[in-house]
Amino acid sequence: MSDNEDFNLNDLDDKELVEQIQDDLYDGLDEEVFEGVQILLGREWDANDVLGDALVGGMKIVGEDFRDGILFVPEVLKCAAAMKGGMGLLRPILADSSIDISLGKFVIGTVKGDIHDIGKNLVGMMLEGAGFEVIDLGINNPVENYLAAIEEHSPVIVGMSALLTTTMPYMGVVIEEIERLGMSNDFHMMVGGAPLNQEFADAIGADAYGRDAARSSEMASNYIEAQRA
Amino acid sequence: MDKQEQQSEATTNRAISKRLVLGCGALVHELVALTRQTPELKEAITLQCLPAKLHNTPQLIAGEVEKHLSKNAHKYDDIFVAYGDCGTAGALDAVLEKYNAQRVTGAHCYEFFAGSQAYEDIVEDQLGSFFLTDYLVRNFDRLVVEGLGLDRFPELFDAYFKHYTQMVYLAQTESVELQEMAKAHAESFGLEYKYQFVGINGLSAVTSPAIKSAFQIEVLDSSVQPINAHSPA
Repeated sequence: MSDNEDFNLNDLDDKELVEQIQDDLYDGLDEEVFEGVQILLGREWDANDVLGDALVGGMKIVGEDFRDGILFVPEVLKCAAAMKGGMGLLRPILADSSIDISLGKFVIGTVKGDIHDIGKNLVGMMLEGAGFEVIDLGINNPVENYLAAIEEHSPVIVGMSALLTTTMPYMGVVIEEIERLGMSNDFHMMVGGAPLNQEFADAIGADAYGRDAARSSEMASNYIEAQRA
Repeated sequence: MDKQEQQSEATTNRAISKRLVLGCGALVHELVALTRQTPELKEAITLQCLPAKLHNTPQLIAGEVEKHLSKNAHKYDDIFVAYGDCGTAGALDAVLEKYNAQRVTGAHCYEFFAGSQAYEDIVEDQLGSFFLTDYLVRNFDRLVVEGLGLDRFPELFDAYFKHYTQMVYLAQTESVELQEMAKAHAESFGLEYKYQFVGINGLSAVTSPAIKSAFQIEVLDSSVQPINAHSPA
């Protein structure tokens, strides 16, 4: 990982630079990640390759270490901020790109009555790193917000998050309404949050339960790949 | 049964009529206070605590509890875990089931200290409520500021707290000093301050009738087999 070594990222060859961006991402060094992405783009790298090789590659390691208890929330939030900086450069280019490597749209939001969003934001960041286009509805979302986002974005997956035992049942309300409207086969429904477990997800009729950010992102990617196979 | 046999059985009962209370380190003051409220339980309860810093890594709680129970559960016939679900998403309950152990009802200490309805009322009244207990007031810098990495990464403050509007101190004791500290913590985070004395009754299940009964059987009636004799699965 990067220490306080004083060196110029421009001096690195492409392979070294990609590895350095991954290291800097792991260390949450947002300015260095931003600069590294800028350099790769300056070397006429395709934005998709920068995303896949440098950022997603780096976030994969972050996700695995978070899952395995090597990294914790503060460090992962720093990684997320660094990723966000790099994505800020890539997003406009990717939006204009004729090649669509996106895994699809993922609508995500914390449910009504709940203002907790750290877990949701981590999932969103991991999903973006994995190649999803993330539509983040923020916090305290009534069912109407999910329905409006589904109508507007036609997502492949809808994700709901809750931290409170008092708010997690609202996920069931949203799923019931989606089923009532006959939309449940149009997309995959994922749920997550600290007080949830698989039994609860099954009970409310969710398609999948993500135990943590890394697993949620992995499950979402696996689902899309299985759909496309 | 002659006198010697009775004495022998009484000794056996005394040896196994024990409750292990395995608690979160953040509850140690309250657990000690509860057992002191009932002096006759002093010998029946063994209190052990896991590090309070697990509060910030709920994914590790179930594993740590299991590690402890696997080594110690066989020494006791009754196990009570002074944790809520504490963000383990049912993983703690799965461990407790293996050891036939009980825990405090509730999602976390805020809920069982305040009582479920009172806790829900506070959250419903203001969604952005951040809770403190006596322990968290005392250890705010270590568990909240350092625990969330705010000492190293102050720029993360908004990521954690931008949606919070008030800091609610659910007090276990009526301490002016702690109230002053809690108020200062709220001010330092730019949050409204709310105080509510809730006491320690929310934890009283650790001295629930089951253990009292077992204790009384041990002392008063040695001819009756003790209840609550559990061993690990």
